[in-house]
Parts: sequence; structure tokens; C-alpha cells
Amino acid sequence: METAAKQADLIREISGVNPYKCMKCGKCSASCPSYNEMDIKPHQFVSYVLHEDIESLVNSKSIWKCLSCFACVERCPRDVKPGKLIDAARQLVVRQKGQDFLLADEIPELLDPDIPQQLLVSAFRKYKR
Amino acid sequence: MKYSYYSGCTLRTKAKSLDVYARASAKALGFELEEIENWQCCGGVYPLGSDEIATKLSSVRALNEAKQKGQELVTMCSACHHVIKRVNDDMKNVDDIRTRANNYMQLDEPYAGETTVLHFLEVLRDRVGFDKIKEKVVNPLTGKKIGAYYGCLLLRPSNIMAFDNAENPTIMEDFIRALGAEPVIYPYRNECCGGHISLKEKERAASMCNEIVKSASGFGADMLITACPLCMYNLNKNSAGDLPVYYITELLAEALGVKEEVAK
Repeated sequence: METAAKQADLIREISGVNPYKCMKCGKCSASCPSYNEMDIKPHQFVSYVLHEDIESLVNSKSIWKCLSCFACVERCPRDVKPGKLIDAARQLVVRQKGQDFLLADEIPELLDPDIPQQLLVSAFRKYKR
Repeated sequence: MKYSYYSGCTLRTKAKSLDVYARASAKALGFELEEIENWQCCGGVYPLGSDEIATKLSSVRALNEAKQKGQELVTMCSACHHVIKRVNDDMKNVDDIRTRANNYMQLDEPYAGETTVLHFLEVLRDRVGFDKIKEKVVNPLTGKKIGAYYGCLLLRPSNIMAFDNAENPTIMEDFIRALGAEPVIYPYRNECCGGHISLKEKERAASMCNEIVKSASGFGADMLITACPLCMYNLNKNSAGDLPVYYITELLAEALGVKEEVAK
């Protein structure tokens, strides 16, 4: 695993987010429909990146709870867009070998006859490389 | 008027009705949806990573095909619209993505975001006009109280989607009025249905959809409309109530008097 500083650089690069712009208003977390499910909240993602603690982010439950609804992205008054940090942390995980959050073998059990293709392709894009 | 049309994977399978009612309604309104050849799945989720290139190429191919034909590109599914619209914005405004995507594509002329992407509802509002639609309605949906369910993907982020006001949209309500029905404004209309989470965490999608349905019913809606097959699935399968959910195009076809034709 890369050093903490290098991982923080990578997350800033993938997300395109500048965490220094955050003024900690908390609007992102207040808007988040998954707030209650998250161990690290959207506004905290920004602080973790500032403190270069990426290890905690990639091990958090939150990266699998984000729905990409873009409420935090839409409402961020400082153009920080924490949802992009959450997604970048998720990508750091799925880009590693053997770290898929959903395996093809699990699918048959999850299927029901009404599932739209859109759900499967979306889930694959979110949960695995 | 002819538009290039990107139907997407689900409109060919589980959401066929969303597609066939759109085509029939378009015909009745005097425009044609010409499906682009060899389209590929958009991937369902916009690849947010600034270094994600390959995952954006299927959208670029569709966009370029519309450009070659000199047509605007019309989408129907909210997810396809979201992905293709955002990739188009990248191709227009993000130098790095444009350069790298074109390196893959090796087109005769590089693609640089020239195509206009329109959601079907935008065609109705901005090209046909809701007034014109109102004139063509032969079977007004009088007395129906309809809640518009926008969800996330059509509206946000509004600086790129430029679909409507993200917090207080009106396009679907205006659409409902044009069909002769009464729109019901309720607070959860632009809240998330849970999206992809319903594959692994059904109960999460259920709790979110229950809130949406409860909110709409509480404000007096007797049905919901959506443009998204995944919202449709989540609202139908993962909510406790029995509030019916329809695709926007089904109601349009009904009001235009072409619904029976499609059924044949």
C-alpha cells in the first residue's frame, strides 16, 4: 500500500476535489439520504482527506452506502462536492485486485424477475471494477 | 423533425413500454425518434473519476454518431440521460478527458461536445412546446391527481444537467397540466429512491421509497409518474403502499389517443 500522503494525493487527483475550500457548514451531511447508515459522514470525508487518513476512508462502510444522488454535490456552497471524495475512496478499493464488493456468483441469489438491466449494470459499476 | 435517439438497455427489455409509448407519442406530435445504430450501454452510472476514460467511451460513440447525422440526441431513461449529458460536458469542457477519449476513438474528426443532448421531456418543453401538446390532447386526463417523481439523475448537478431548477422543478408539473391532469406538489419528489442499493440492501430502498410514496399520498396524489426504470422498479417493488406508478410516456400516449394503437 502506498504511503498516506501518496494516497491522499491520489484521492485528490481522482476526485478533482480541493478539500481546503471547505468551510465546514455541514450542508452535505444534512442533505445526505444515507447519513444514518454512514460511519464516516460526508463532511468528515473532507477532514479525513485533509489529515491524509485515507486508510480509514477506504475501510469505511460509507463508501458502499453513498447512492450517488448528488444532493451534496448540488448543495455544497463552496464547490467542494464531498460525494466525489466518497466515490474516489470507493474507486481506490475496487481498483485493487480481489476487492470487488459484489461478485458475479452472488447475483443469482439477488435476482428477481422484475429487476431492470439498469439496476444490474449500475450495481456492477459501483461495486466492482 | 428527426432526432437521433438513444434508447438504452432497459428500454429494450424490462421498460419496453417507456420506449414504445414514446415513439408513438412522438409520431402523433410530428417528430421522429431515429434510433442510432450499434449503441452500447451507457453503464448506468456516470464514472465520476477524472481519470475514468474507457467507461465514458460508449457515450462518446453515441454522441459522435448524432453529430455525424447533424441531429440532436434524445434520451429517455434518466440514467442514460445523466451519463450521456455529463460525458458530453466533459468532452466539451475538460481538456484532459477530451484528448484521452479521442486518442481511443481515432475518429476522422475529434469529438469535442458538439452534439446537443435532450431528454424526451426537454423535447416536449423546448422543441414541441407544452401549449402545442395541449392542443393535440384528445383524451384529457381530467380529474387525475398526479405526483411527478423526479428523483436525482435528471436534476443534479444542475450546473451540468441544466434540466430545471434542482430544488423546485416545474417541467413535469407543466407536462401533467398539458395532459389535462392536476399536478400534486410534494416534498419528496426530488429525493432519491435508493437507486442501485436495492440489489444488495432491499430494506434501504424500501425505507426511502416508503417515504416518497407516503409523502405523495399525503399530499393527495393518486398516482406517480417517472422517466426512470430503476425508480419505477424501486417504487413498485420496494414500497409498502399501492400507489400506482406510470411512465411519463404511457400517460402522454393515453392523452394523445395513441395508447390503444401501441397495444395492438
